Amino acid sequence: MNAEMPLACKPGDYKSAVKPIWCPGCGDYHVLMSFTRAFAQLRLPPEDVVVVSGIGCSSRIPAYTNCYGFHGVHGRSLALAAGLKVTRPELTVVVASGDGDGYSIGGNHFLHACRRNVDMTYVVMDNHIYGMTKGQPSPTTEPEFDTALTPGGTGVRPFHPLVVALASGANFIARCFSGDPNETADVLVEAIKHPGFSFVEILSPCVTFRPDEKAWKDMVRVAPVPATADQGKAARRLMTDDGFNLGILYRGSRKPYRPAVGANNFDLAELEKDFEL
Amino acid sequence: MSKLPSYPKVSNLNDLLAIAYQIEIDAVDRYNLLADQMETHNNPELVKIFRDLARAEGIHGEEIRRLAGDFDVVAHARAMARVKHGESPEEADLGSAHYMMTPWHALQLSLGGEERALAYFTMIVETAKDEKVKAMAAELVEEEAEHVNLVHRLLKRYPKPSENWADDLDPPASQE
Repeated sequence: MNAEMPLACKPGDYKSAVKPIWCPGCGDYHVLMSFTRAFAQLRLPPEDVVVVSGIGCSSRIPAYTNCYGFHGVHGRSLALAAGLKVTRPELTVVVASGDGDGYSIGGNHFLHACRRNVDMTYVVMDNHIYGMTKGQPSPTTEPEFDTALTPGGTGVRPFHPLVVALASGANFIARCFSGDPNETADVLVEAIKHPGFSFVEILSPCVTFRPDEKAWKDMVRVAPVPATADQGKAARRLMTDDGFNLGILYRGSRKPYRPAVGANNFDLAELEKDFEL
Repeated sequence: MSKLPSYPKVSNLNDLLAIAYQIEIDAVDRYNLLADQMETHNNPELVKIFRDLARAEGIHGEEIRRLAGDFDVVAHARAMARVKHGESPEEADLGSAHYMMTPWHALQLSLGGEERALAYFTMIVETAKDEKVKAMAAELVEEEAEHVNLVHRLLKRYPKPSENWADDLDPPASQE
């Protein structure tokens, strides 16, 4: 970074000139605000932050920030981000996803990213629906969600992302509500600072295909107990929680995965020869 | 979650002015964001209303700067006037926006913001120990009360829309 440049410290410094095209009322606007407020609180130079995403409404977020961004392949954002972080460990890597992109198409990557514990922050904007493709049920959709696309409801038990994250080895687990952007920003700050794989689920209403989710603002509450470092306690809490307890719910102490990169001094020209046809 | 803002403690007049200034600036940003959304979704009438509201809040912010005289209220606001919980009082609720919203809805959002600001400054009047803070907060209460009245007057021009204001002949839920 140019030493003469002042450090960015206003949320607006992290916003790009691209105007979001989310539906008015969408929770993702607030999530974008939380991202920029968290980066400003941490005084991160925008060029040292990379926002990686997959596909979906939530995954448009890199375009709306002034940081480096990678709008990747559906469900593969974590793989991209992990590769980036192990080769450029000095960067702050934040991954943005939705419940469809992150838990269905990218479900397998989610498990292994938790297990691998690379030092990055995974934010899933969960609205219990595929919004961009007009309202199909996602892995977190309730079984009784009854629409023309799901007559009589899906009848399928929803995925429980926080429990899965804990069981798979995530080192930091939190839940936020998009309508509380300051609290969400504070949690993101903690998630980014925490070593290892941090998972933050943000309940972010889809006002177009799930107008019933507007009621979430009256349903969410701050979790009555502080974060625990005990996996057993965390498992019990997360298994019995109704999905509306907010805050940092688990802080682990696993050592992040930091492979030695670049120590082998590969000659790229030599390697390329192996791929010549 | 609580909608009441929780600012750092107001210890002196400068703190109060910084918070008052930041409230207006937050409102400017929020109205401009809503105007941008309406621009994207081709609702030009609302674009104009939200831009006008942003401009009005900007003027209020400038008035507070003038009240602060030589004191750098902008820098002080940046350093201390961040809402810890909830949102800044005059920030219109983004979750209530809709691509087909009408001027009446926009003014309802504005009214809510002005009323929250009025409640916040009233709370300062009632709890402040410093007489200067109390006096300035009372001025701000008067100011906000006038804004509330102004929005009520504007609302007379825009009656409440019919129940089916959000009916869209070409709805986004095209698969249903």
